Amino acid sequence: MNRLMVWLPLGVFAILVGFFFKGLTLDPTEQPSALIGQPVPAFELTDLNTGQLLSRDMLPKEPFLLNVWASWCITCQVEHPYLTKLSEQMPVVGLNYKDTETAAKNWLQKLGDPYALQIFDPTGRLGLDLGVAGAPETFLVDANGVIQLRIQGEVNDRVFAQKNPADA
Amino acid sequence: MMRKLLGACVLGLSLSVQAAIETYQFDSPEQEARFRQLGYELRCPKCQNQAIGDSDAEISGDLRAEVYRMLKEGATDAEIKDFMVARYGRYVLYNPPLDQQTLVLWFGPAGLLVLGGILVVLRIRQSKKALEEGESQA
Repeated sequence: MNRLMVWLPLGVFAILVGFFFKGLTLDPTEQPSALIGQPVPAFELTDLNTGQLLSRDMLPKEPFLLNVWASWCITCQVEHPYLTKLSEQMPVVGLNYKDTETAAKNWLQKLGDPYALQIFDPTGRLGLDLGVAGAPETFLVDANGVIQLRIQGEVNDRVFAQKNPADA
Repeated sequence: MMRKLLGACVLGLSLSVQAAIETYQFDSPEQEARFRQLGYELRCPKCQNQAIGDSDAEISGDLRAEVYRMLKEGATDAEIKDFMVARYGRYVLYNPPLDQQTLVLWFGPAGLLVLGGILVVLRIRQSKKALEEGESQA
């Protein structure tokens, strides 16, 4: 019994060190998405560029990125060149989130438009259904339209290499 | 002069505060109370530790509007919470339900307290015994 008592503080200390060590590498702003493994929610919104009515069935039938962005979002500008580069490998669908038509169009004109489709969601309705907390957010959707991955914040080489499943 | 200036500043401040307040019309005081309660129980997904009823973040405003819309449509509190959890995960619940995943969360602290209590009692008994043995030897 006494011997146990002697080792107890060390044991408690070791457990605490374990927790704190894990805590060093955790990012508390990063939430697991509730939509991983779920299909993209149904929607009926217009395309920003063509005005055509878009729905879930019109999304690409191959793996694609769904990028939530807005012209008021600074980080979206930062990640834009990287997304443009990625768009050579797989389609990138834009979800223009809580933006105005003119501002969004100007932004695309200025920075380039790598998007295959541009879902215009001025009220943030689809964003809410996707569990978006703020722009930018990027979802990796597989060929069956199921969400495989969510990246909150900027997409770049580091984040993408870290999170991208090897087969995607 | 200084007082007038100060007064003007205070007035200006209060005006800008007024502008940030959303106005929702409720059907009944009971509905309003539920709105407030849900505002306390749902957590802002963008902020670390703020309820949506307490947060100025854009997304909190959106979620408040959504809660309001659902209340107006006659949704129950449970339906509204399920709606939020389906989109934002269990993170949004400030009052997590008791189930297998949250067992440690609910009973961990009490369990540690009981464990500590048992250790203290054992320790006291032990030293008492040691003391008595020491006395009987003397």
